[in-house]
Amino acid sequence: MPRLGWNANQLQEKALDVRRDIITLLANAGSGHSGGSLSCTDFATALFFNRLRVEPREPMWEKRDFWNFSIGHVTPVIYSVMAERGYFPLKDLLGFRQFNGHLQGHPSAHDTPGIEVSAGSIGQGLSIAIGVALASKLDKNPRHCWCIMGDGEQQEGSIWEAAMSAGHYKLDNLTAIIDVNRKQIDGDTVDVMNVEPLADKYRAFNWHVIDVDGHDIQAILAAFDEAENTPGKPSVILARTVMGKGVSFMEDKAAWHGNPPSHDEAKIALEELGTDYDTWYKRLAESEGSRP
Amino acid sequence: MTPEFEWKTTREGWGHGLVDVGMTFEDVVVLVGDLTGSTNVNFFKEKFPDRFFQMGIAEQNMANVAAGMSLVGKVPYYATYSAFGVGRVVDQLRVTSGYTPCNIKIGGAHSGISVGPDGATHQMMEDIAILRALPNFTVIAPADYDQTRLATIAVHEINGPCYIRFGREKVPVVTNPADSFEIGKAQVMAEGDDATCIAYGQMVSEALIAHDLLLEEGITLRVLNMHTLKPLDEDAIIMAAEETGAIVTAEEHQIYGGLGSAVSQVVCQHYPVPMEYVAVMDRYGRSGKPEELLDAFGLRHNNIIRKVKKLLDRV
Ligand SMILES: Cc1ncc(C[n+]2csc(CCOP(=O)(O)OP(=O)(O)O)c2C)c(N)n1
Repeated sequence: MPRLGWNANQLQEKALDVRRDIITLLANAGSGHSGGSLSCTDFATALFFNRLRVEPREPMWEKRDFWNFSIGHVTPVIYSVMAERGYFPLKDLLGFRQFNGHLQGHPSAHDTPGIEVSAGSIGQGLSIAIGVALASKLDKNPRHCWCIMGDGEQQEGSIWEAAMSAGHYKLDNLTAIIDVNRKQIDGDTVDVMNVEPLADKYRAFNWHVIDVDGHDIQAILAAFDEAENTPGKPSVILARTVMGKGVSFMEDKAAWHGNPPSHDEAKIALEELGTDYDTWYKRLAESEGSRP
Repeated sequence: MTPEFEWKTTREGWGHGLVDVGMTFEDVVVLVGDLTGSTNVNFFKEKFPDRFFQMGIAEQNMANVAAGMSLVGKVPYYATYSAFGVGRVVDQLRVTSGYTPCNIKIGGAHSGISVGPDGATHQMMEDIAILRALPNFTVIAPADYDQTRLATIAVHEINGPCYIRFGREKVPVVTNPADSFEIGKAQVMAEGDDATCIAYGQMVSEALIAHDLLLEEGITLRVLNMHTLKPLDEDAIIMAAEETGAIVTAEEHQIYGGLGSAVSQVVCQHYPVPMEYVAVMDRYGRSGKPEELLDAFGLRHNNIIRKVKKLLDRV
């Protein structure tokens, strides 16, 4: 069954698991990006468990929907939703950023099954999704393309070259999701280099714009429906989120953009997420399955 | 006996050097692409907030805004990771700052495999090759904290585009702050006549360890710190070829287009001697601990020693 179609309640529960994975793998690795991973978690979980038509055991299945995270640094959430969805065993998450693991600090097509294109230099992903969308139309392949971006990332000029071309080619098989958590490395996006009003900008580039609470799963699902069913235009979902969502001491703090929790902090975080470190570490370490 | 080193980051040398040069010259301005802390321009920002410009994650814009500032008398220094400050903006550097040329200074942080867990995307190992190919560029890769600080000050004297490469992790302090630093003039770090190791950046300390270990076996290895990759100190290279008869280069960079290629060109043209190379062998990096990666990619003193012995078997 390529598309899982899970409902909001199921997704809510899965998103909780994903947050627990993220904290555990970050603490285990001792480096990596917490803040953006947690702000993306709800819509990423909804995308993977409700929407995407994919065959995780056969990642290159011809009719697959295309997805890519242009913000390559949020590998903790990317790998967690991938593992939870069955691309590779959960225990691989404990090899994150390790020399002997296959889960690189930034997505590597060379190393990880299901990662179709390498990333980590901000601002390149939307163009890639547009390429896939254009080629898919040419081939009459029904796939939908989903590209996840950051709001700080909108500062890159390459994003706007891409936005222009998607509008120009009326790519209604493309949906961009922007994680608008209003933070980046050096602080608040509005202070570093203001990107708002994003809705007006994308509208001016001939996109259909959907503004949504990025932690309201019901609303996210409605946004997915609207995006997939808006003809003649690419859609962008502005997911209004909170950096570090779900862990009280990380919420809304730019300092958590690129830092992992220490083991002690991870213990507190996992308690807030309704479990404990040892239990969750064990869940990952003792997971079944082998790398496809 | 291997030497005991003090360890400091080179990026801090850049950060402190910017304050030094900013105090002396009012024309110094600093730009950054959302990486204030990790490129250590925070020191300059605190001292000279009016001369500090946050440009966001938009390197192509930043590179040419710097170029524009230089047209009306400023000496802009911009900072980001070398992957983005060089890699992302090659065309801007080639046409605007190289061809014109413009008086800009680039600080390239997080260069080399020793960046560690961030992995291949952030481990820039093509910057020297790219920038050496661009006319009018001065390319510097200092060995340690003090030398980076001196280089940051020294590039102000040059009227043209300059690049300073530095890494992420602490590296051994091998120079003396009282040493003179002359752009384009290699430094003899250790004497020797059996072979020469020419290195830059962190590999200078590995070469010094190799020197000490080889000495125990009665082999004397000259160590040259080739902190300026362009213009290259051809005289020092030719002298090393003539006097020691064998050369190994060592660098945290791709084998193609780096110091090894540059030195080979000089040696072949002026005084051919056998050469060996310690470098990254035409592959991308990966995640891991810095030490683990330096080992796995063969960028250690033992790799230098092996290459020196191979050379001595040949000559
Ligand atoms: C071209 C490029 N420039 C700079 C960086 C360094 N960098 C990584 S993430 C980031 C900030 C991204 O901000 P945002 O898109 O808002 O993501 P979030 O902080 O919400 O995770 C920066 C500057 C990079 N990876 N690529």
